[in-house]
Amino acid sequence: MAEENGLSQVFEITGKDFGRAGTISTKIKEILQEIGIDSAVIRRAAIAAYEAEMNIVMYAQRGTLTLTLTPTAIRLDVDDEGPGIEDIELAMQEGFSTATDEMREMGFGAGMGLPNIRKNSDEFAISSTPGKGTSIDVVLNLNQVAE
Amino acid sequence: MNRYYHSVKVDPTKCNGRMKCMRVCPTQAIRVRDGVASILEDKCIDCGECLTECPEGAIVALTDPVGELSKFKYTVAIPSPALYAQFGRQILPDEILAGLKDLGFSDTVDLAFLCGEVSFAIQEHLREYEGPKPIVSNACPTVVRLIQVKYPSLVDHISPIDIPRELAAREIKKAKAKEHGLDEREIGAFYITPCPVKMISIKQPAEKEKSYLDGAISITDIYGPLLSAMDGGKRKERSYRKALEDICILGIGWAIVGGICRTLRLKNSLAVSGLTEILEVFDDIERGKMRHIDFAEAYSCWQGCVGGSLTVENRYVSYNKILKLIETLEFEEIKACPDIREVRKRYAQKYFFRTGILEPRPLKPLDTDLARAIQKRKEKQEIFETLPQIDCGACGSPTCLTFAEDVVTGTAELSDCLVMVAQKSAGVSRKPASPPKIVELNPPDAKAKNKKVD
Repeated sequence: MAEENGLSQVFEITGKDFGRAGTISTKIKEILQEIGIDSAVIRRAAIAAYEAEMNIVMYAQRGTLTLTLTPTAIRLDVDDEGPGIEDIELAMQEGFSTATDEMREMGFGAGMGLPNIRKNSDEFAISSTPGKGTSIDVVLNLNQVAE
Repeated sequence: MNRYYHSVKVDPTKCNGRMKCMRVCPTQAIRVRDGVASILEDKCIDCGECLTECPEGAIVALTDPVGELSKFKYTVAIPSPALYAQFGRQILPDEILAGLKDLGFSDTVDLAFLCGEVSFAIQEHLREYEGPKPIVSNACPTVVRLIQVKYPSLVDHISPIDIPRELAAREIKKAKAKEHGLDEREIGAFYITPCPVKMISIKQPAEKEKSYLDGAISITDIYGPLLSAMDGGKRKERSYRKALEDICILGIGWAIVGGICRTLRLKNSLAVSGLTEILEVFDDIERGKMRHIDFAEAYSCWQGCVGGSLTVENRYVSYNKILKLIETLEFEEIKACPDIREVRKRYAQKYFFRTGILEPRPLKPLDTDLARAIQKRKEKQEIFETLPQIDCGACGSPTCLTFAEDVVTGTAELSDCLVMVAQKSAGVSRKPASPPKIVELNPPDAKAKNKKVD
């Protein structure tokens, strides 16, 4: 993957900023639409980006989402400064959530975030240091798309 | 077919380049070049916002003049239920339909009954539906186009049940051709429309080759003549109560936002009007956040069809008129509505389903070659970073980001940015002064003290 041929854009996300939550994934969707990516792939990328964005908004102090786009793949690198995840295996289970009651009342924290990101990506890697932060790297391949 | 038919056009002789339309356009489809507005066909979704906004009346809706009727041997008026909301509360649909006949139509269709049938059909459909949720109503053609253009992945959510006006035209033509021994082509079905977008849904349906309707006449055009034909509502042939009994309580509400949901009796449905609000809802649907909602009703005009740009009455007044009418019908226990068993029978025969496939209509990418498109998007971002980012619109593009795109695609030049030109001549570097500082609102006393200490 030649990075020079690609486009790379960094988006900053602020923790607890529920008012602006979702704007980054919308921007990413619009960029992918302008480039002419297949709409089914865009939808998967947008869902993955949205869940990652919401994780930062809900749990972390701040974070960044880096979109890298080459003719063969979409890459989302998400890094945050936050509490980190103690047990990643447990966090990856559907339905597991540490969301507060308030978050649940707002319709978040159903424990589908991380599983949803994995489900919508072709490659998925997660690492975390408790007390420091979490990073998630996601790749969606573009080669099978005809256009 | 690359060119899309649109229901609105700019009259260059009237346009004086105020850019109001450009700023209000929700899909950034308008540019002002050389002092005249133009509409980018690919991006336009025919919402009519520009038409309502233009102070010069330079943006015109392409509806049919009433004179078109003479082309047909037999003509049928099919008014949107929004027409019923345009007149005083004492004027009920039967009088309005009679007035239309006086204006020269051979016949009329009370669309409210068809709307009621379609409500039942949607109920039937929801019962057996297992696809992606929510189902999104297709009643508003702008919403259908918005999905095709901006939310192509949601095309599968659009209701497959045809819209009442199309079903009405299809059926009335069949019936009248038989009754009068005419060819269906000799019968003209005209929709009385509250908005310009219904016109394109007739000239260029989103999903099929041809509409069953032959044209659309705007409520604004027909309002005056109709009012005189009805003699201002003085001609009462039947009692108020009798006229009420003819109103379909299920269908009449289709003129206002929430009117369809009200008839579906679902635990989870939602109704939204106004494009900015719709974008929020559709973003959430796309993120998968609304899977628990069964049905979503959306109208690009505030308050629904009564808020259309070709209506006469204030949208809040007409909204309320429909609401009061429903209340009256409920109070009087008049519940005229179609026969549900009949609807079920016809539903099973696929009577209500629209024909043809609704395809996404995604925007043209920056380039057809993926690598080049990525390169252009990169350039766009680089240009954007150098721009003032104040979205003044003086260049003729609605935002700095769209201007950057116009430069990359070659439809604008960097020198069109007046702010940059001014800064250059003043010897300022390309980036404008840092964003305005937020003034701290400390009590003046405290500040003064701080200064002294310093």
